[in-house]
Amino acid sequence: MHNSEEFKIPIGPQHPALKEPESFSVALKGEKILGIEIRLGYNHRGIEKAAEERTYIQDIYLIERICGICSHSHSTAFVQAVEEIAGLELPKRALYIRTLIGELERVHSHLLWLGVAGHEIGFDTLLMYTWRDREIVMDILALLTGNRVNYGINTIGGVRRDISKEQAEEVLKAMDTLEERTKYYIELGLSETTLVKRLSGVGVLTYDDALRLDAVGPTARASGVKRDVRKDDPYAAYGEMDFKVITEKNCDVYGRTLVRLKELMEAYQIIRQCIKNLPEGPVTIKAPRKIPAGEALSRYEAPRGEDVHYVKANGTEKPERVKVRAPTLANVQAVKQMLKDRFLADMPIVIAAIDPCFSCTDRLVSLRQVDSKDKKTMNWQTLREYSIDWHRKQGIDFKKLNQKLKTNV
Amino acid sequence: MGVVTKAVNWARIKSPWILHFNTGACNACDIEIIATLTPRYDLERFGVQLKGTPRHADVLVCSGPVTRQIKDRLVRIYEQMPEPKFVVAVGTCACSGGVFQDCYNVMSGINAVIPVSLFIPGCPASPKAIIDGVVKLLQSLEESEAKK
Repeated sequence: MHNSEEFKIPIGPQHPALKEPESFSVALKGEKILGIEIRLGYNHRGIEKAAEERTYIQDIYLIERICGICSHSHSTAFVQAVEEIAGLELPKRALYIRTLIGELERVHSHLLWLGVAGHEIGFDTLLMYTWRDREIVMDILALLTGNRVNYGINTIGGVRRDISKEQAEEVLKAMDTLEERTKYYIELGLSETTLVKRLSGVGVLTYDDALRLDAVGPTARASGVKRDVRKDDPYAAYGEMDFKVITEKNCDVYGRTLVRLKELMEAYQIIRQCIKNLPEGPVTIKAPRKIPAGEALSRYEAPRGEDVHYVKANGTEKPERVKVRAPTLANVQAVKQMLKDRFLADMPIVIAAIDPCFSCTDRLVSLRQVDSKDKKTMNWQTLREYSIDWHRKQGIDFKKLNQKLKTNV
Repeated sequence: MGVVTKAVNWARIKSPWILHFNTGACNACDIEIIATLTPRYDLERFGVQLKGTPRHADVLVCSGPVTRQIKDRLVRIYEQMPEPKFVVAVGTCACSGGVFQDCYNVMSGINAVIPVSLFIPGCPASPKAIIDGVVKLLQSLEESEAKK
């Protein structure tokens, strides 16, 4: 191979190192990465559009399926926005249960990430260990909500299931086991040469870059940015919880690993507090079917970072507009910076280190009129009319769809 | 049937290699597929092994409702797999489009694009259901082998 020449390697959409369909085009000089082009959109399903065509109750279950790993994050962010518009005051017990499930989800997500990271650096033993321990928290989630993934526990005005005393005890027992296991992983992370040497100094994102590129979640916190919605803008019952925001100064993949491991320990503490201080009372209040006109923005600290939902209501039983900004969209910009001038072999672990979730992210539609030179900008109304017209031409009839939905309701 | 073919068929039933491909799923089915391969459920005890390339795979395990963007790629991967090949659709989305049915960017299930041998419904399909499905597929292969 001529070392002086630049060449491009396509990675994806189907590739052994990738768990989800996305495509990277890597410009290389020898082993060194000169630049990366990221191509998303393979997971774009049109959820935002679909949400406008369904009722609020149907939307909860649709939005939960934006992502199967952080499903509770998305559904909570959505119902929080709707509740804000409707002006509902939630019973405390519901908020506590939401917090509890949210933290259990963080535990399962971080353990999952640790396994995937182990797999990406060829440390498959770690994958098998963490996924075995992850089954404990999956059992707890199944016990509390009835499903292992996509819990369906949120509803507008509260939660759909209460927690009994026996269940609470089971949760506490599981937390003890998991805490012991996590302590072992932290010790492993601090002393195991394979991990320390492979992860240190890889995928560096400095404090300034993290701020400039707007990184969120563990990616930002590993660069020393103290940013956590749970503390900055408390939602659900986080205002009453006692926990620390974990930051590290390593700025590399190793730092991100430590942040996630230590966050696991904090999550166990929050879960214990939720169970201990669980207030008595109802878990849900009656919510109106038609949400009054208004708009709201809701923030939620998902396992991967800040998740933002925007909902606009128009007084009917369907939302006018739903917009989702998932954490990966904020973090994927930083990947380019992390990989610049690094070796190709670092790519899988650096991408995995932001814990990317492309099914969360793929809802961006960029508007470009290819054939016309004048850059016409559309306002929302014309864009909407244009899209309805365009889809009708593609053979999708919204009238028929709406009727079908009405008969289903 | 020659001895070689017989040996190959025997090996295929005893150790099918699978390729997992996310065709626009929400990740829920994907994490359940990986959970099926890890210690608690351990699908590998049936000889099933996850492979990275379609050219090594006997079974294509798909999750997701097939977005318009991924459609061509799915067909290409299917064509790259050597014969005989089998497709397993995991999850309600992969079976029928599920909650994403009638969305502008989805094709309503794997069936709309490539032929499917086995449907495993569920949102997401639980590891138990996935194991049950795979065992049924292996059984049906064994039966068809016995008939020859």
